[in-house]
Amino acid sequence: MNAVAQPSALQVRAQDFLARYEGLKDRLPGDAAVRTAAAAAFARTGLPGPREEAWRYTSLRPLAEIGFREPLGPLADCAALLAGLPAIEGPRLVFVDGRFRADLSAVPSHVTVRTGTPAFGTLARLDEKLVTLNTMLAEDGATIDVAEGIDAGTLLLISLGSGSHSHPVAFHPRHALHLSPGASMTLIEIAMGAGTYLHNPVTSITVDAAATLTHLRIQNESPDAFHLSTVYADVGARGTYDSFALTLGGRLARMEVHAHLHGEKAAAHLNAAQLLGGNQHADFTTVVAHDAPATASRQTVKNVLTGHARGVFQGKIEVARVAQKTDGYQMNQALLLSPDAEIDSKPQLEIYADDVKCSHGATVGDLDPDQLFYLRSRGVAQAEARSILVRAFLSEALDPIVHEEARAAMETAITAWWERQSV
Amino acid sequence: MAAVAETLDAVQSVTESGYKWGFSTDIEMDIAPKGLSEDTIRLISARKNEPGWLLEWRLKAFALWQQMEEPEWAMVHHPPIDYQDVHYYAAPKQKPGPKSLDEVDPELLRTYEKLGIPLKERAILAGVEEEGGARPQVAVDAVFDSVSVATTFRETLAEAGVIFCPISEAVQKHPELVRKYLGSVVPVGDNFFAALNSAVFTDGSFVFIPKGVRCPMELSTYFRINARNTGQFERTLIIAEEGAYASYLEGCTAPQRDENQLHAAVVELVAMADAQIKYSTVQNWYPGDSEGRGGIYNFVTKRGACRGARSKISWTQVETGSAITWKYPSCILQGDDSVGEFYSVAVTANHQQADTGTKMIHIGKNTRSTIVSKGISAGHSNNTYRGLVRILPRADGARNFTQCDSLLIGDQCGAHTVPYIESRNPTAKLEHEATTSKIADDQLFYCRQRGLSQEDAVGLIVNGFCKDVLKELPMEFAVEAQKLLAVSLEGSVG
Amino acid sequence: MLEIKGLTATVDGKEILKGIDLVVPQGEVHAIMGPNGSGKSTLSYVLSGREGYEVTGGSATYDGQDLLALAPEERAAAGLFLAFQYPVELPGVGNANFMRTALNAVRRARGEPELDAVQFLKRARAELRRLSMADDMLKRNVNVGFSGGEKKRNEVLQMAILRPKLAILDETDSGLDIDALKIVAEGVNALRGPDFTAVVITHYQRLLDHIVPDRVHVLADGRIIRSGGPELAHALEAGGYASMIAEAA
Repeated sequence: MNAVAQPSALQVRAQDFLARYEGLKDRLPGDAAVRTAAAAAFARTGLPGPREEAWRYTSLRPLAEIGFREPLGPLADCAALLAGLPAIEGPRLVFVDGRFRADLSAVPSHVTVRTGTPAFGTLARLDEKLVTLNTMLAEDGATIDVAEGIDAGTLLLISLGSGSHSHPVAFHPRHALHLSPGASMTLIEIAMGAGTYLHNPVTSITVDAAATLTHLRIQNESPDAFHLSTVYADVGARGTYDSFALTLGGRLARMEVHAHLHGEKAAAHLNAAQLLGGNQHADFTTVVAHDAPATASRQTVKNVLTGHARGVFQGKIEVARVAQKTDGYQMNQALLLSPDAEIDSKPQLEIYADDVKCSHGATVGDLDPDQLFYLRSRGVAQAEARSILVRAFLSEALDPIVHEEARAAMETAITAWWERQSV
Repeated sequence: MAAVAETLDAVQSVTESGYKWGFSTDIEMDIAPKGLSEDTIRLISARKNEPGWLLEWRLKAFALWQQMEEPEWAMVHHPPIDYQDVHYYAAPKQKPGPKSLDEVDPELLRTYEKLGIPLKERAILAGVEEEGGARPQVAVDAVFDSVSVATTFRETLAEAGVIFCPISEAVQKHPELVRKYLGSVVPVGDNFFAALNSAVFTDGSFVFIPKGVRCPMELSTYFRINARNTGQFERTLIIAEEGAYASYLEGCTAPQRDENQLHAAVVELVAMADAQIKYSTVQNWYPGDSEGRGGIYNFVTKRGACRGARSKISWTQVETGSAITWKYPSCILQGDDSVGEFYSVAVTANHQQADTGTKMIHIGKNTRSTIVSKGISAGHSNNTYRGLVRILPRADGARNFTQCDSLLIGDQCGAHTVPYIESRNPTAKLEHEATTSKIADDQLFYCRQRGLSQEDAVGLIVNGFCKDVLKELPMEFAVEAQKLLAVSLEGSVG
Repeated sequence: MLEIKGLTATVDGKEILKGIDLVVPQGEVHAIMGPNGSGKSTLSYVLSGREGYEVTGGSATYDGQDLLALAPEERAAAGLFLAFQYPVELPGVGNANFMRTALNAVRRARGEPELDAVQFLKRARAELRRLSMADDMLKRNVNVGFSGGEKKRNEVLQMAILRPKLAILDETDSGLDIDALKIVAEGVNALRGPDFTAVVITHYQRLLDHIVPDRVHVLADGRIIRSGGPELAHALEAGGYASMIAEAA
């Protein structure tokens, strides 16, 4: 409810991005008119600042201190990074520093895929400043189409920050995914990397009637990276957008999801877990717009925070007048495992229909000392007991993940993360 | 239980429609010209014969206010307010400093009579003895527009060492206390409306409960806006010294008006070690007509500081009035083991807008806070709960429990919940729950099958929904609050 | 006297009652039995005036008064009481407060003096004792946190306190153990007399061992297909609904 003075460093950085655009605009692929409009908007609005309600808990100031450039060099070698990828079978689209790499990819068979140009789509709005930035500078992306009634199986979408440039790089991939009526697919997104970079992807997802997208994300970026992603998911009648996002990496991260349930009985699940240590800052922000009758949304968001980490959850459920019989649920829980960690949570309901069932809950605390003692009295060592309880805490969010390999990969990543912490 | 048992009478007695207390009193007014400038402030200060430090304090607030912008984050919308089109000072013309009730303008006393609400208080004002004398006593500091005109029971209070008087009088008689505490909880530049109030406040209540004293009666103030286009800028300051206890009741009704009226009050509470302050409000300012015309703009800053260990501040509010309510009674829990409570019922109907809630700032160890908010929206109204719970790093063992429930009546209104939950201490525990529901058809039918009319059934169910808050109100207020709930929702269902 | 003639009703456009003819003379207790989906609950809701149950034909009168023209609360004031199959929870509303409000609303409508809290509590406590219920029943919120059996007993308690002239008990026996069943039955039997008329809707014969009806009617597919004395219930218990429906068809 109060605001700190606007840091002009953000304006300087915004000018910098605009200058990059001026220099690159003739070489960037795709619809120039879209870019021009975005550049005009970005020139006007710049980067989001702390006075904005949607950004009250996440400051982009650390980003402003770094001069990013576009990765214009030769193809980066990323063998080491590739070796670190979790073992999940299936076709894959690999982007390195924001550029599609056919040599590293295995294009799926049941799906139409186009790359080489940003997939601007029609869902993104220029009132999101990072989306505007992405639109202005997007250099590549995947357009993925699943035909009517097809079960497209699993597709991996991998982003690697190569760390092989002499300067911090910024990349703004732009993807669009369309599931035709009755289609289904599991999209597994993995973001990893080395060094300092800004990864600012925007993904537009259209789920047609009775289609189902399962969207699993593992954000395990480099410790010096900035990950600022935006997803738009429009869901038609009886369609489902079922997502889970695991955040482990990055110095400063924000995942923003805008789900729009515009068909009767459409559903969205926006589950997430953020495990943060050191000086990490991660923000999971969602807006679910219930815009048709009998739509449902579920969100279970878990935070485990150690060191000086700061976790943010902002979740907004909007229920329009027409959206009678809406069922909206949000649960946000945080474990603070260190005296210097911080959680900021803003679960929000905005309701204009009377026959709805909406609720949210939030809990914040440490591990339950009684449970810890119970485990220790049974002979489990302190560290092990804590580990068991943290996993139990996360299980509510992880258990619904049906994809065995993806869940195993997440559990492995969580184990590795836990071992890195000294808690 | 007792309070709820009265629902019956509340529901039964409701037959009037429209705004029951919409009348105005014809008393000659002494009104300052419209507009706000340093001169206006000097005029107010001079009229009140204030010491130089207070004038300086006001001018500082004014200087800050001029640099501030009206806040926009609340979910309320209104045409721009022209702060130069408001009278900042109005006083009933009468003999200065009434020494007894006989000296009070009879027209004013009739006003209280017409209010119909402060039954016992009116009796006290009229000097009537209670039958049997068994009921608790209530002292009234009545604010009529900007000048306090009658204060009762001061002698009884004085015997206990309690000071209860208009703040303008406290400025004269207890300048050291006022100077020490005024603005110590809500600084002059705290927010736009608080700064405005600091610059131009005309009167309000002052309460001082000395160390170890349990205030022998409930303290009560009835606010009332009367003069056309006169902004009301009440300033209330309540100090409970170590181990002291006070229960303060604030209630308001207002005459019907077509023009919007600005109300920007500031209430500051200070509780020292082991002190307790219970502050209860029934707010029923004129809400505007069914088309949303007129009504009071109610921009209030209320904040209590639990300065000492084991101190406790409890806010209970029933908000049914005003076109716009912007109000966040808050607690700063500085003392270890201090306790903050916020119990709220906010009802909006027609085109009313309410954005109300609380802030609980946990600073001391083992501080505890409880928030129970019940929002009821009907008609075309919008009702927002906005609350902040902040746990600072030193607040080991802090606890918060928050429950906010919204009830929607009809499909043209909005109910919103905006909690801010911030914790920086791993030993703190916070729980927040929010639900949204409507009055179920089967509940209505069940009541009607047993013989209740539709409106009585709604009143009963709504009072049940609000029970956890209403039971926190002192008895006499609870009855009034239940009536208000029923009146406010008349015609909303069916 | 309750008189139902050719009553038809739809729910969501589907015809559930297909022509009910039923006369329950003053002072008698009649049982209506029937399989699931036969229209038993619909009949009770139509008689008590619940929204969503549309009467498409026929009539229902009580003592010559057209029930169907009245609002639910007016029917209650006329003396009709429905013991719900699924009693509704009213959070925050105390049971005593609720019953006193209801009782006085009905008394007011009839031009009778209202009971004050003391008079009411006296009456309520007497009924509680007669029904072997604990005093805290009055303090609890209406049906909130009640077990299934407690809810049903609370309906009977309300009936005992409100003293209706015409009671409809919609499967009040379901979910009750034998002790509770006896209490419920005693509650009904205590009210029996020349001024008390009742329709007991039930699935099973066992309730009718305790509340012996004057007449038994079998409802199937929206019509009454058989009527008879108490022995009809025993016949049903022995032969089941299926054979009787087949017989009637």
